[in-house]
Amino acid sequence: MGFPAVGAIDCDVHPAVPGMRALLPYLEEHWREQVTVRGIDGLDPSSYPVNVPANGRPDWRPAAGKPGSDVGLMRQHVLTPFHTRYAILNCLYGASSVFNMHLAAALCRAINDWVAAEWLDKEPRLRASIVVPVQDAEFAAAEIDRCAGDTRFVQVLLPAAGESPLGKRQHWPIYVAAERHGLPVCIHAGSTFRHATTKNGWPSYYLEDYVVGSHAFQAQLLSLISEGVFSKFPGLTVVLAEAGFTWLPQFMWRAVKTWRAMRAEVPWVDRAPAEIIRDHVRFTLQPSDAPPDPRQMEQTIEQIGSDRLLLFSTDYPHWHFDGDAALPEGLSQSLIQRMLVDNPLETYPRLKGTLQ
Amino acid sequence: MSSALLERAVAHETKIGVIDCDVHHAMRSSKDLYPYLPARWREHLETYGSRRPTPFTGSSPYFKAAPALSRKDSWPRNGGPPGSDLAFLQEQLLDRYGIEAGMLHLLSPTGMDQRNQELAPVLCRAINEWQFHEWTQKDQRLKAAIVVPGEDAAAAVAEIEHWAGNRDFAQVSVVTHTIEPLGRRRYWPIYEAAAAHGLPIGLHSSGNNGYAVTAAGWSSYYVEEHHEVSMSQQALVTSLVCEGVLARYPSLKVVIVEAGLAWVPSLCWRLDRQWARMKDEVPHLTRPPSSYVREQVWFTTQPMDEPERPEDILSILEWIGWDRILFATDYPHWDFDNPETAFKAQMTEQQRRMVFRDNARAVYGLG
Repeated sequence: MGFPAVGAIDCDVHPAVPGMRALLPYLEEHWREQVTVRGIDGLDPSSYPVNVPANGRPDWRPAAGKPGSDVGLMRQHVLTPFHTRYAILNCLYGASSVFNMHLAAALCRAINDWVAAEWLDKEPRLRASIVVPVQDAEFAAAEIDRCAGDTRFVQVLLPAAGESPLGKRQHWPIYVAAERHGLPVCIHAGSTFRHATTKNGWPSYYLEDYVVGSHAFQAQLLSLISEGVFSKFPGLTVVLAEAGFTWLPQFMWRAVKTWRAMRAEVPWVDRAPAEIIRDHVRFTLQPSDAPPDPRQMEQTIEQIGSDRLLLFSTDYPHWHFDGDAALPEGLSQSLIQRMLVDNPLETYPRLKGTLQ
Repeated sequence: MSSALLERAVAHETKIGVIDCDVHHAMRSSKDLYPYLPARWREHLETYGSRRPTPFTGSSPYFKAAPALSRKDSWPRNGGPPGSDLAFLQEQLLDRYGIEAGMLHLLSPTGMDQRNQELAPVLCRAINEWQFHEWTQKDQRLKAAIVVPGEDAAAAVAEIEHWAGNRDFAQVSVVTHTIEPLGRRRYWPIYEAAAAHGLPIGLHSSGNNGYAVTAAGWSSYYVEEHHEVSMSQQALVTSLVCEGVLARYPSLKVVIVEAGLAWVPSLCWRLDRQWARMKDEVPHLTRPPSSYVREQVWFTTQPMDEPERPEDILSILEWIGWDRILFATDYPHWDFDNPETAFKAQMTEQQRRMVFRDNARAVYGLG
């Protein structure tokens, strides 16, 4: 039995940078020399240790090298079996955690050029997110402007846990640039390790970091809403990738209740947070963190209160499901159709523009 | 579900007697502790003050909704801050709502988050003496939590041993914003002592540890922080499960206070799914994380979650387990939940008895 749909748009797949050597041809001369002379390498993110089971499905691991490091295997593992029309590459190499913001900007330029040459040029079904030096919003905006001419770049990629909450004004040049080019902003799971992964300090286990990772997204939503980003940029769409989504109903209830009580503190938030989320925020499917009983998933979907919020994703090569069982139980056929095709097309104007 | 079910003819029904699992008493000033402090430490506090990893000596950097975080009508007629006048608290809370027991949680000072490690145990002892003499001995409806200097586990255990067996103390209170997550080994002796004495651990969001309020840094507004406090409580449940505290001390009871509870099912689903993938990292967990939560963790209701369809709260309470839900008002704070109106969905009479009274009697061994 194959995947039950054709033409799915997979909104979260991960190409792995094999190592700094692969980026050298794409770095400017000064940075190539710095990286070489100083031995700068090993920027695989601590949020995604390569050998952790969740970070590479056993049958998606190559004989050698990192999962997700080969375009041919990506084709074989995910694009073909899922009959994928488009898949969006979110490259998680560690540029956003570098302290030297000039180096961060140079690495982002190299990564984006590497993605274009080594992935987009080789596989027409691939699209990509622009990785940006979130450390400095002016640099980030410049990188968006530099890449946006290539319409295969369909959104901007930001980490879920960086130096400061993403709603703060210091980040607004990123949203100005995204709006200028009609690009959604994707916040992807992972921490830059600027702050403890919980308010209670650093947990012992990767499992804990991963589980509480969903709180970073929830904090980012509160920040984007409370700082008035969606009031200032009414055309902005934010995609939460690899965030889970079954937490959303209770999050919205609490956010609305707190906003009702405290709205005088943030007078620019002129609508209930749940309305803002339903209009502006989208969620990739995997990991679905599904309840054991499909009826609870049905109820969760009802409580989310819209069939427009979910975007299909496999999160390749991460391991959230086996075989082609990417769709959790409890989703209606009409929701599945929206999630696979309609919602991604509505979220990513650039996909619609190039639709064949 | 029909709207008739949502009508809340609750007022007359609450006469079953209520146990309020989150009541905040307060000091008129920190000098209230002086009778219980050695002269050396009185002088120290006068000179150096209370040193905690937070920017202001007299305020949270997240300015609250109201002065002293409290209802306007809760300022005692005879002066002092809300919660500092026993007679007024009796009148406005205990007598007004027929509260048969009120579980006290002192928010300031905590003792435990003092950076001076010699002061912390002294302060905790003084706080406990003050609670005993000024509150629980004067009204037996009020039950205190043993405040402990938890960053020094040996000292915390000594404090538990000092008070254990005293029926005025119904639980052990540890601050939640600690130097390490509370599941880490440095805190295990506290759980061992609490479990040995049959005392639940009451975890009310409190204390300062200097860590950013979110993994993404410091948010700007109280409207964010008020909600993010609940996330830190979720991380705390995650810690107690994943680090093996609940598995290691199966008789330990944990009460999560003032975090809401609608997040419990979805957190547990995520915990179980991710554990299934990475269980080799935590071999001390021999069954799904949610099973430990369901057996050993209780949740207080305030601030009561309000689904868009009010009756949706019922399936959440059902999932957590009706015997795990503890009613709380959070008196005298501004977001006080009135027992007569807090529930927008209709519970059965049996469920109401459990939530408002019987569960608290059972977990705290009251009555």
